[in-house]
Order: sequence, then C-alpha cells, then structure tokens
Amino acid sequence: MPDGSSRVFDVAIIGAGAVGCAMARRFARHGARVLLLERGSDILSGASKANSAILHTGFDAPPGSLERLCMQDGYREYLAIRAARNLPLLQTGALVVAWTDDEVWRLDALLRQAHDNGVGDVRRIGRADLLRLEPNLAASAKAALHVPGEHVIDPWSPFLSYVLEAQALGAEIVLNAEVTGGEFDGQTWTLATGQGGFRAATVINCAGLYGDRIEAALLGAATFQIRPRKGQFVVLDKAAARLLTAIILPVPGERTKGVLLARTVFGNVLVGPTAEDQTDRERAAVSGAELRTLLDRAATLLPALRDIPVTAAYAGLRPASEHKHYRVHRLDGKNWITVGGIRSTGMTAALGIARHVWGLYAGDAGAPAETAAPVPMPNLAEHLPRDWQHPGYGEIVCQCELVTSREIEAALSGALPAGDLGGLKRRTRCAMGRCQGFVCAGRLAELTAGRFRESLAQPA
Amino acid sequence: MTRAPDVLVIGGGPAGLGAATRLRAGGAGHVVVLERDGEAGGIPRQCGHSPFGMREFHRVLSGRAYARRLVAAALAAGVELRLRHAAVSIGDGMRVTATTPDGPIELHPRRILLATGLRETSRAGRLVSGDRPLGVITTGTLQDLVFLRHLVPFRRPIIVGSELVAMSAILTCRGAGIRPVALIEEQQHPVVRAPFSWLPRLLGIPVHFCARVTDIVGAPRVQYVSIEQGGAVQTIACDGVLFTGQFTPEASLACLSGLAIDTLTGGPGIDAAGRTTRPDIYAAGNLLRGVETAGWCWAEARAVADAMLADLAGPQPADAAAIAVVAGPGIARVVPQCLRPGAAGGLAAVQLRLDRAGAGRLVVRHAGRDIYARTLRSGPERRILIPLAHLPLRDLAGPLHVTFETANA
Repeated sequence: MPDGSSRVFDVAIIGAGAVGCAMARRFARHGARVLLLERGSDILSGASKANSAILHTGFDAPPGSLERLCMQDGYREYLAIRAARNLPLLQTGALVVAWTDDEVWRLDALLRQAHDNGVGDVRRIGRADLLRLEPNLAASAKAALHVPGEHVIDPWSPFLSYVLEAQALGAEIVLNAEVTGGEFDGQTWTLATGQGGFRAATVINCAGLYGDRIEAALLGAATFQIRPRKGQFVVLDKAAARLLTAIILPVPGERTKGVLLARTVFGNVLVGPTAEDQTDRERAAVSGAELRTLLDRAATLLPALRDIPVTAAYAGLRPASEHKHYRVHRLDGKNWITVGGIRSTGMTAALGIARHVWGLYAGDAGAPAETAAPVPMPNLAEHLPRDWQHPGYGEIVCQCELVTSREIEAALSGALPAGDLGGLKRRTRCAMGRCQGFVCAGRLAELTAGRFRESLAQPA
Repeated sequence: MTRAPDVLVIGGGPAGLGAATRLRAGGAGHVVVLERDGEAGGIPRQCGHSPFGMREFHRVLSGRAYARRLVAAALAAGVELRLRHAAVSIGDGMRVTATTPDGPIELHPRRILLATGLRETSRAGRLVSGDRPLGVITTGTLQDLVFLRHLVPFRRPIIVGSELVAMSAILTCRGAGIRPVALIEEQQHPVVRAPFSWLPRLLGIPVHFCARVTDIVGAPRVQYVSIEQGGAVQTIACDGVLFTGQFTPEASLACLSGLAIDTLTGGPGIDAAGRTTRPDIYAAGNLLRGVETAGWCWAEARAVADAMLADLAGPQPADAAAIAVVAGPGIARVVPQCLRPGAAGGLAAVQLRLDRAGAGRLVVRHAGRDIYARTLRSGPERRILIPLAHLPLRDLAGPLHVTFETANA
C-alpha cells in the first residue's frame, strides 16, 4: 500500500470527480506537486458518473455568478484542448422549447439573460421553424430559443485524460483512499486515509457529496451544507437517435434545468433528469415509478419515443448545497480551499473551476509552465471511427456496443487501469448497450478476473 | 470468402443454421452464415441440459450436443460459416457491413435472412427500482458463466419469473452449487404450470406468487431485495437477483436497416413467406416474436428457406395485394402480420398468443364476417396456430381481424 507520509505535496485534492480531475491537471501544469485522493475504486465514482453529458454555453447561468464564469471558461477550454486529446463533440445545438403560454412568455427573459451572459447567437424561433428543425416534436410545441453552442460530449473520457495528463506531470493518484481525518500544524496538513497517511501544504476539498463532512471532520465545522439531489435518467435504444437532432431543453424553473431529451455520443437518446431532494448520500437508487414518469414525459414531448425500448436506467446524486450558487473559497490560515456545491453544471465548468481555484491559490492566474504531451483517449463516440473498424482487435466482446477485446485490455492496463466494472464501462462502453450484459457479462467476468477488488464472478 | 452470396444468413443459431442447410439442399448457390460469436449454435450452445433435437434429429440431445449437430449439418450441406463476423448495418442496395477480426468487410448478397434471435429483458428494461450492484443478471448470462466458463456470480440469489426458462435457471443453479433463496412471480400461477407446481418446492425453494421486486439494495453486491405481495412488503436477504424470461427479439439490426417493426412482437413484421418490408430481406426464428423452442425456430426457418428458394428460382407470379392480419382484443401478438394469397413456400399457419388465460372463441373476421372460428381454452404461454389452409384467402381484400372472445367479455 502506498504511504506518502514522508513526502510533502503542495496540494492534496480530495475527490477524483470531474472537478478534482480537472484540478489535478491544472495544478500539475503549474508545476505543483499534486496528490489526488479518491474514496472509490476508480475516478468519477460519485456524483460525476451520472450526468447529462451536455457541454453548456452558460446561456441560462445566473448572471454575474462564479458558476457562469467557470462554465464559460470551461466550455472554451474544452473546445480548445479536445482535439489533441481525441475528445468527441457532437454538435447538436439545443432548443429550449416552450409548451405553454406561460413558458412562451418566459422565453423573452431567458433570451435577454442569454445575451447578457455573452451568448449572443441565441435566437428565438417560432413554431414553424421549430418543427422544421425537429419534425418529430409534439405538435403542441409553441416556440423555442435556439442555442447553437450547446453540445454533447463523452461524459467520462475528458476527465480520464486530465488525470493521465496530471499523472504524466508527476501527480500521484491514490484510489480507495477515503479521507478519514486530518491535522494541520500551521504549515502542513497530515491526512489519514484508507491507504495510509499523506502530507500536503494545502488541501483542496473537491469531495462532492461529502465535501461538508470532510470539512466537519478536518476543520471542526463545515462552511456549507450538502443537500443531495437525486437525478434519474433513462437511456433509450439507438432507434431513437434518428428522431431528433438538437438537445431539447425545457424552459428552466427555479431549481433545476428540468427534464431534457438529448442524443448521446454513444448513439442513444437520454431522458432526464428527475430532481429529488433526499438526505441519503449513499443511495442513488432508481425508482420504477419515476422512470415511468420520465418515459411518459419523453413521449409527450416526442410521441415517436413511445415505442422505443429502454436500454438503461441510472441515477446520480448532485452535490447541491443549501444555496444555489457554487461554494468556492479559500480559508486563510488553514491552507484550505473549498470547492463545494458544484451541482449539475460541474462537468461543463470543471476546467473553469480549476483555473479559478489556481488563481485563488497562487494569487494570479498566469499561464501554466509545464506541459505534458496530451494523452489521446480511445474514441467511444459513434459518429467517429471506432476500434472495431481497425484490424487486429481480437474479438468483439460487447456485441451491442461493438467493444473489442483490444479496448478492454487497454482499459485494464496502463497508467490508471479501470478499478471496477463501472470504471471499465465508462472507459469502453462494454455492457452498456441494449442487452445490458446478457451476451457479454460472462466473457467480461473472465477477462476481468483478478483485476478488480470486487470480482464479477468466482470459480464454481 | 464470397462477397456476393446468393443468400446471406445473419445469425448462426437453430433458425439461421436450419435455413442455411435447407437453402443449400434446395439448390441455392452460395449461402453464407455470419455468426458474431466464436462458435455457432446460438442459445442452445450454453444449455448444458436436454431435451433438444427431437424434431430435427429424432433423438434427445443436450443443448450443446444439439448445437454441434446443427453446425455439422450446415457444413456438410456446403454452407459457408463465418465465425466472429457481426453484421452491423444493411445499407441501401443490400450493402451489408460486417465486423471481422481482420477489419470491416462489405457483402452484397442477393437475399438476406435475418435470424438474430432474442435476449431476455434486462433489469433496466423492466424498470425495477433500487441500487445497481453486481450480481443482477439474466438466465442467459448465468448459463454462459456456469456452462461455458465454470464461474458463478452469486451463491444465494432470488429468481424472478416462472417461464420455462426459469426451470433452466433452477437446474443451472443446482448444477453449480447455487442455492436460490426464493422464486418470485407476479402472476397468481406459474407461467408454465407443470414443473413449477412441484419442482421448486421439491428443491426447497420458497415460491411467492402475486409478488414483485420493489427494491434491490446493496453495494457493491446485492444484500437484500424488498418484495411486495398483497400490499405487504418483506425483505429477503440474498446475494444476487436472477431475472428470467420476458424475451424480446434482438431486432436492432432489423430496426436500423429500416424494416418496419411490429410493436406487439418487437420483431420485424413479415408475410407468410417470411418476407419483411424490404422485399429482399427475410426473417425467421425468435427474432420474429420472442421465445419459441429451438426446434420450432429450426422448422420455421426451413419453411422460410423454401419460400426464398422459390423467390431465387425466378420471378414469382405477380404478388397479390397483401392482406394484413391484425391482433384484436384478447390477442397479444400475431405472426405473420400479413398474408399474400398464392405465395409459394413459407409458413403454414398463423401463430398467435393470447394476452391472458381463459376459455372462449377464437375468431378471424373479414369485413365484419367470421371466416374462421373455434372454441378453445388456453393461456398466454401457449402457441396457438390457425392453419392457412383453413383461411379462404382468395378473393379477399383488406385486413383480417383476429380476436379471442371470452364468455364473460
């Protein structure tokens, strides 16, 4: 087991979710000695594993907010760096569709907000134009805002690429390392984890759903309170993908963005999320009744979806806090930076948050000195060439998603191999298709034997 | 390998192999079967138990032995069997793209037979509530693990469902030292009555009827499930959940190739020749409607092969207008979905399933007039046949409506 207590890191980042991964990359590129501690057996094990995979423009973000700033910085940086890392972008645009007169009326304010937020290409379109763009939409649609810059990405591969980049610059990533306690001696933090003790000058709390608990345990009191909000999603069969082009967004309400329809880079259609406040931070259970409600809602918006089979269903907990906005601040005298309350916009904002936090840490946001060769990610997007199209792949393991044994083997090896089945699925798409492992789960059990803490099967 | 075969069969299970063998025997030139797995034979291959093969080989075989016989018969007939070849799309002009370990290939067959089979509905497809731990699988996966790899995913699972395949699940568990802790069935009777009235109890497995799983709890593995039964909720400690049955056609390729999908069966709609809505593409076997026995699929596919042979031999007499067969009240699904009077070869009967158990009158109605009727008592697990010879199709136009009228309806 690694025990880094003899070495003193510049920063210990707690949590390898979307924000923690982007943070590790940013700090490593500035030359900081980075330690990234993760409670789960793989990165993206918490809130980050379940999101809507939409790269947002920030058109409807709270004006003047840190959230808007980080979203738009994150959006720009993703577009700038994605090509070198082979990160996909499905350029769909979005339509904020008004279904009631009240929503039609609210479109005007939303359009003003978009323009105030600097997203100048948002425009209002009437019913005829809307149905020309999306002919399968229910005829009861009244009007829409067209947001050309909203796109769909692979929700996982970017963050793996950021971590690998940080690792190449010397960052240390420790998995299965839940932080259970810590002490600050005025100069250095000593953190107790499931993998032993670690020392770092500064702690950056990116612990997501557990951010307030980490603070209560290490600082004596939390500077914010997490109020978990569950979001359930349904993934529809690929037959649905030809029924729509753009992301279909509802006119946002007070708390969340509401139920959306979006294609995924993997060729499916996503419906969700729900927004359910709960106290439990551990359980992100799906509920049949809520999933049926989502399916009904989807068929109301786009009637042809009624006949499309369900491929998958999942739920995630968004680490919302007691306030709507992000909770990002530095505690002077404690060498502590809090990055909390990063709710559903975190995937878009992660790179921007990392940039902002570097500014808080270093006092200026100067250009990073260190660069590592970007690590190109294996492509999993359906609209780009896949591994099965190249000879010598061995065998197709997952027939639904056409995942090859070469891809599985690559994901189980290298600098940061998949730590559990979820990690392997996120790295390869295996068992994520319409049969959900009916065909490939046996072979996967064989291929992953001895690789995971929790094996998929045991010898009979 | 022939890139322009006369017939390309997609899927090397009982239907695909049965049809390919028959096509060769009937004089079709090049017949190529694409099988995505490393071994042909389909689902029976992973069934270590019997009985298989009575219809085809007039003897009782295990699933594995049966699959080997099917393959041997196809190879002996001169079928070109391509393993680890998966068809990914059928474009315009019968341009088929397939994956191979040596890279993608394109094929240009004259005719295609889709025989891609079925799968069990996953936990996600059933919209079951709860966590998503390891150990929640279907029978197909269990058989694959136990019979092909000698692995077990759990030791004390609950089994959900009482279709015939649940029997197979119980036997598979027994052979692997897995001890199911309960069997859960939503209906008030087992779907398949005969063995279920005694087998689980004989093996000491408590059976819960009128019960459904309302929660799956555990991480990373299953710890317990909640079941609801008559308004009361109880928990059952277990380390896995085995979802059995609820078969659904593996119709993705059919759907993405632009074939009309019948919403009742979930498979491509066909006429009695097995022809889909793309005239050069046929379909047979469990792709058509979910589960029937291997023997049924084999025979059905051979009948479709006969129709394909007639089609390949030369232009058919001008097709009569298709007569749609519509499932009315009481009917869960019907195959084929349309008929063409005078067509050669193909299916000899309309197959249907009732949507519930009962006694009543099965009626085929045309333009308000009964053209076929019989009384019967049956349940949804039973295949019911209406021989085409009993339907006076000549001179008919417009749809046939099939209904099942129970006495109290």
